[in-house]
Amino acid sequence: MSNLIYQNAIATDDWTLVELPKIEKVVRMQAGKVVQFHLTGESTISATQITDTVIPPNGLVLLPMSVYIARKASLENRVAKQEVGIWLATHERLETLIEVEADLNRFPLITVFVERFSDGRIFSLGNLLRTRYGYNNTLRAFGDVLRDQLYFLKRSGFDSYLIRADRNAQEALSSLNDFTRPYQGAVDEKLPVWRRVSRK
Amino acid sequence: MYKYDEIDQQLVDERVAQYRDQTRRFLTGELSEEEFRPLRLQNGLYIQRHAPMLRIAVPYGMLSSKQLHKLADIAERYDRSYGHFSTRQNMQLNWPKLEQIPDILAELATVEMHAIQTSGNCIRNITTDQFAGIAPDEVVDPRAMAEVIRQWSTFHPEFALLPRKFKIAVSGTKQDRAVVQMHDIGMEFYLDGANKVAIKVWVGGGLGRTPILGSVINEHLEWQHALTYCEAIVRVYNLHGRRDNSYKARIKILVKALGIDEFRKQVDAEWSHLKDTPNTITEEELARVAQHFAVMPYDNLPVNNASFEAEVANNAAFAAWVKRCVHAHKQSGYRAVTLSLKPHGKAPGDASSEQMHVVADLAAQYSFGELRVSHEQNLILADVQLGNLFAVWQQARAHGLATPNIGLLTDIICCPGGDFCSLANAKSIPIAEAIQMQFDNLDYLHDIGELELNISGCMNACGHHHVGHIGILGVDKDGSEWYQVSIGGKQGNDASLSSVIGPSFAAEEMPGVVQRLIDVYIDQRTPEELFIDTVRRLGVAPFKAHVYAAKETEASHV
Ligand code: SF4
Repeated sequence: MSNLIYQNAIATDDWTLVELPKIEKVVRMQAGKVVQFHLTGESTISATQITDTVIPPNGLVLLPMSVYIARKASLENRVAKQEVGIWLATHERLETLIEVEADLNRFPLITVFVERFSDGRIFSLGNLLRTRYGYNNTLRAFGDVLRDQLYFLKRSGFDSYLIRADRNAQEALSSLNDFTRPYQGAVDEKLPVWRRVSRK
Repeated sequence: MYKYDEIDQQLVDERVAQYRDQTRRFLTGELSEEEFRPLRLQNGLYIQRHAPMLRIAVPYGMLSSKQLHKLADIAERYDRSYGHFSTRQNMQLNWPKLEQIPDILAELATVEMHAIQTSGNCIRNITTDQFAGIAPDEVVDPRAMAEVIRQWSTFHPEFALLPRKFKIAVSGTKQDRAVVQMHDIGMEFYLDGANKVAIKVWVGGGLGRTPILGSVINEHLEWQHALTYCEAIVRVYNLHGRRDNSYKARIKILVKALGIDEFRKQVDAEWSHLKDTPNTITEEELARVAQHFAVMPYDNLPVNNASFEAEVANNAAFAAWVKRCVHAHKQSGYRAVTLSLKPHGKAPGDASSEQMHVVADLAAQYSFGELRVSHEQNLILADVQLGNLFAVWQQARAHGLATPNIGLLTDIICCPGGDFCSLANAKSIPIAEAIQMQFDNLDYLHDIGELELNISGCMNACGHHHVGHIGILGVDKDGSEWYQVSIGGKQGNDASLSSVIGPSFAAEEMPGVVQRLIDVYIDQRTPEELFIDTVRRLGVAPFKAHVYAAKETEASHV
């Protein structure tokens, strides 16, 4: 059975996930420090990884954001055919995509990869995609996605969730509705409770 | 105080159901230990040395009699008949059973309580001044805003899994009693030139391994924008705070790495998008919440009360208690009372179920059925008539709640430490007890005067040792327990962090070390000078010299 949830039901996944080729983990030292991504501690993606990424010639492909940005020109007609989706990891900066692609709605699917359950950056990214960058198509979470994130993901603008392979997506569905009436405005329900109902 | 409507009630009821299911999944093996961890932590459940510890939320420290009776009952039925009041104004149970937590939460929900976000990497309990609403020097009562912020932060979807814990404190007095500069976000409410409520915002304060006082990020924020401005701050932190090293994950590290000016620039950039979005607070909403904190139905009383004055004149013990444990009040003829949870030789902040029932009854009888928990780990009756103070004292005294040591050396702030906490380097409670016994003579204690002594069992600084006039930190040296002593810390508007006096001490040396610090003070003080002022005037050197000189003499005798 598929482990993909779209909106409030189990759905099939038609997309092919394209991953960056793995590299030998060389820890580059610089002035005695491991080179880190910004302040958050992740390693950066190398140019060879980007050029070596193999993109299937046909069908719906979900590309790493860095690969899309670097090889954008060669992907134009597939984008026009709605065959290109984008995935990014939680430490990557959305701004780098926005700089080259003003209209995110050219992508039918954007997905955010969360490596660890405890990484809450995914919520801010969802929020920014929906509220700041006007993205309206499918927004998916994948990686270490378990049912106890779903309510927060939904409220942060996600509508699609690929539940981790060893868990039951059907059971996870109910967690989308853990709470009936949230206090604060967010992406799905924009208004805080005091603007929605009259509280005495 | 704030009363739930059906929306609040439904939310905590749904939380109980959610957590019950999470516990079930853990017990059936569907969730691994590691996967259950963030879930239980967000609900205040730690796995400690001997048993789990459950931290129950007491939002900004306010409790009703009914709630305290319930806490007493829960401690009796599910624990060992006592609870521990923490420096976060919360209550902790040290011996509950993991599989019974859902039932405890269901009990709490019946009195409008919960354990939501009392731990874990999320926005924690909002704290404030224990004298909010009644302090004579108060400019703005911060409790309505604290409640608005509490609701906003509860299950905030974007900030459910932050890099690290996140603490917000609010205050509305000239003399800060909520230690706002020691929090991830600190907010001081004041009236601006146009007589409108405004907020001075600090960011990036905190104790722990790298103690830093907060920096001012905004001198003047209109109150309507409190939530959206916090969203901007927490978003910058959520996206850019470090997640690779939990010791470097607090917002203070990010603020320090970027510098306050760059951090402010990034926050302002975010806020330009968030300002005036629907989470902007309306007059109506603030008024709705504020009506729960309306002025109590006080009697019109004269400033003085003859029978009270007579009791003070005739009873030295009562007079000593009044001096230490009774505090000024906005309302004529009323006083606030601190019930000390620091009797000498007992774990600071602990209260037995019996004591909780007594306090709940006292609150019902003499203080409009409400009470407060202070971050100094005592309980407060906020609205007692002068004429009732003697009766309150007698009952409190009969139950060990009237030690006249508030603000004195034995009113020790102390974390649970090595007796309970699995992160501890060393025990803290026995050190507190030994020091209390060393200074058990009340006359001497009063002569030493106001002094704050804070103890933490490890770098995490739950006992706020960095801002104690005397701070004690448990350290581990080759597997044995040692104590590092520092002096000169202070909370309040002129806050400072303490300096270490030198190499650490063994547990049995500690009462003697504190004694020698006090000896230097007694010897050197000018009239009217408090311990902290003497330290500030003289610096660490004379204290250090005396403490270690004594140590050397002892050593040379061996
Ligand atoms: S300071 Fe350390 S030992 Fe004390 S409660 Fe906090 S984590 Fe535990």
